[in-house]
Amino acid sequence: MMWRDEMRGIYEIALKDMRTYYLKPPAISWGMVFPLAWTLAFYLRNPGDFAELVPGLLAMTIVFSTTAAEAVVINFELRLGTLERLLLAPISMTGVLLGKVMGGFLFGLIMTAIVAAGAILALGLRPDILSLTIISLLSLLVFSSMGALFSVSVREVFEAQTLLNLPRFLMVFLCGVVYPVSALPDGLQLLSRLLPLTYTVQGLKASFFQGAEPSMMRDLAALSLFLILFLLPAVSLLQRRFR
Amino acid sequence: MSVQASVQSAADDRLMPEKEPAILAEELTKRYGRLLAVDRISFQVNEGEIFGFLGPNGSGKTSTIRMLVGLTQPSQGRASVLGYDLSSGISQARRHIGMVPDQSNLYDELSATDNLLFMARLYGLPRQEQKSRADRLLKDFGLYERKDDLFGNFSRGMKRALTIAAALIHKPRLLFLDEPTTGLDAAAARSLRSLISGLRKKGLTIFLTTHYLAEADLLCDRIAILVRGRIVRIDTPEALKRLVQEQSVIEFSFRGDLSSSIRVLQGRLARSRAALLDRNRIRIYGGDPPDIFDSVFQFSRDIGIGIESVSTLLPSLEDAFLKITGQPPQAVMAEKDHGRNGVGRSSSGGRSGGRSNGGGR
Repeated sequence: MMWRDEMRGIYEIALKDMRTYYLKPPAISWGMVFPLAWTLAFYLRNPGDFAELVPGLLAMTIVFSTTAAEAVVINFELRLGTLERLLLAPISMTGVLLGKVMGGFLFGLIMTAIVAAGAILALGLRPDILSLTIISLLSLLVFSSMGALFSVSVREVFEAQTLLNLPRFLMVFLCGVVYPVSALPDGLQLLSRLLPLTYTVQGLKASFFQGAEPSMMRDLAALSLFLILFLLPAVSLLQRRFR
Repeated sequence: MSVQASVQSAADDRLMPEKEPAILAEELTKRYGRLLAVDRISFQVNEGEIFGFLGPNGSGKTSTIRMLVGLTQPSQGRASVLGYDLSSGISQARRHIGMVPDQSNLYDELSATDNLLFMARLYGLPRQEQKSRADRLLKDFGLYERKDDLFGNFSRGMKRALTIAAALIHKPRLLFLDEPTTGLDAAAARSLRSLISGLRKKGLTIFLTTHYLAEADLLCDRIAILVRGRIVRIDTPEALKRLVQEQSVIEFSFRGDLSSSIRVLQGRLARSRAALLDRNRIRIYGGDPPDIFDSVFQFSRDIGIGIESVSTLLPSLEDAFLKITGQPPQAVMAEKDHGRNGVGRSSSGGRSGGRSNGGGR
C-alpha cells in the first residue's frame, strides 16, 4: 500500500509540475531553443559537418531542459509553502523530491526526443536507438537530480538559478560538447572526468557513430554513480530543512 | 456557507481503537538551536471537539502544529495523532489529517477545481469520486461560480476558503487550522468561523490556533493558553471566564492618548490592575468600583484628557487571559492583527451584557 502511495505521489507531482511550470515558454526556451541557438552559433563560427555536433546538441538539451525550472519547482515552492502541502500528503519526503526530479526528467525527455528526432530525420543519421535511449534516459535522471541538489542547497530561486549556471556552462566547455576533451590541456581533461556530462557526450557519440560498444558500459556506470551522488545528498538536505 | 455533506463520516475506514484521543501529546518539546520554541507541553484532544491553542506570536503554536503533522520532528517527548505514534506512523496518520497553514498555499497557476483535483489525486481518492467531491466542496464553500478561475486571482478570503476545502478533499477526521482568519476582513472572517463551526457539527475534530481571543471563545470547546512555549492553562472558555467572574471590570475611553500616562494611573490604583487596550482606552480589573471611579476621574483632570465613556463589563476570555498570563490582550493580537478581522475589536468594545459579535457557534 505504501509503495503505491509513493508511486502515485511521484507521478502526480511530476505531472502537476509539467503542467504548472515546465510546459511554459521560459522553460521551453531554456530547454530547447537555447541549446539549438548555441549549437547553431558554434556551427556558423566553424562550419563543418553538422552531424558531428548532434551528440553535443543533445547533451546540452538534456542538461538545460532538465534543469530549466528546477529552481522554481523546489525553491519557489518551499518559499510559498506549497512544498509543505505536498509533504502533508501520505508520501515520504524522498517521494516528493523524486516527483520533482521526475518532472524535470519528463520535460527533458520531451525536449530531447523532439531535438533528437529532428536531427536524425533532417540529417539522415542512423544511431543505435537502444544505446541512444539508455544513455539519454539515464542522463536525464542524472541532470534532473543535479538540478534538485543545487536547488535544495540554497534558499532563494535566484541563488539556485545562478548556482546552477556554474556547472551547466562549465560542462558545456569541458565535457566535449563543442570541443573534444582530447583537445583540452591535461589538467582540464582530468577535470572533465569529474563531470557527468563527459560521460553523456561520450555515450551519445558512441551511439551515433560507433554503435553499442563496451566503453558505453563505463559511461553508464559513471552516470549511475553520479545519480546516487546527486540524489542522496538532495534528499538529505531537504530532510534537514524540516528537522 | 454550509458544510452539508462535505465532511462525511470516515467511520468506514477508521483504523484506530475506539475512545483513543484524537491527539495525545506528552512532554512535547521543540528546540531550534538555542531557542526553546515548545517547552514540555502535554495535552489531549478528544474526538469531535474544537481544541483551541491560544497564545501570542512566538508562543509555540505553529511549532506544535508542525510537530503534530510531521513537518518537523520533536526534540523531546512523544505524541500520537489518531492513535498513530508520531515517530513511526505519521505517514499513515496523514491519510486522515487535513491541515490549513497560516498562509494559503495552493497553486496560483491552477484553477480552483484543478487545485482540488490535484489534491484528490495526491491522496488517492477513487477516480470516480474526485470530480464530485471537488464540486461538492466548491459549492459548500461558495466558490462554485469561480471554479475555473485561477487561485492566484482569488481574494484573500476566497483563497482561505479554498485552502480549507483542499484540506478536506480526502475526508480527514482531524483538521489542523493555523490562524485561519488572520488577515481576513470582518465579513470573510465571520463566514469562515461559521464554516468551522459547521465542520465540528459534522463530527470533525479540529485543532485551531488563533491569536483572536474572541474567536477562541466563539469556536472552541476547550482552550489551551500558551505562553513562551508552555501551556499555562487548559479549560473550557466558560471555566476560564469563571476565573475572573467575581472581579469588576470597568472600561474607560478617553479623548486623548494615554499611553505615556498609564503608569501614573496604575500607581494610584491600590487593589486594581489597569490594562491599556489601545491608545485611548483602558480596562481596570478588580478593586472597589467607587474608589476606581474617584481615582480615574482625578487622573483625567490631572493629565488634562477628558473621559469620553465608561462601561462596566462582564468578564471575558480576554480578562481571563490577562489574569492567567499577566499579559494584556494586545500581547496576543500583536503583529498579526491587521485590524481587519472584526473579532478582536468588536469584542473588546462594548461587550456590556454579553457577546457582541456574530459568528460560528
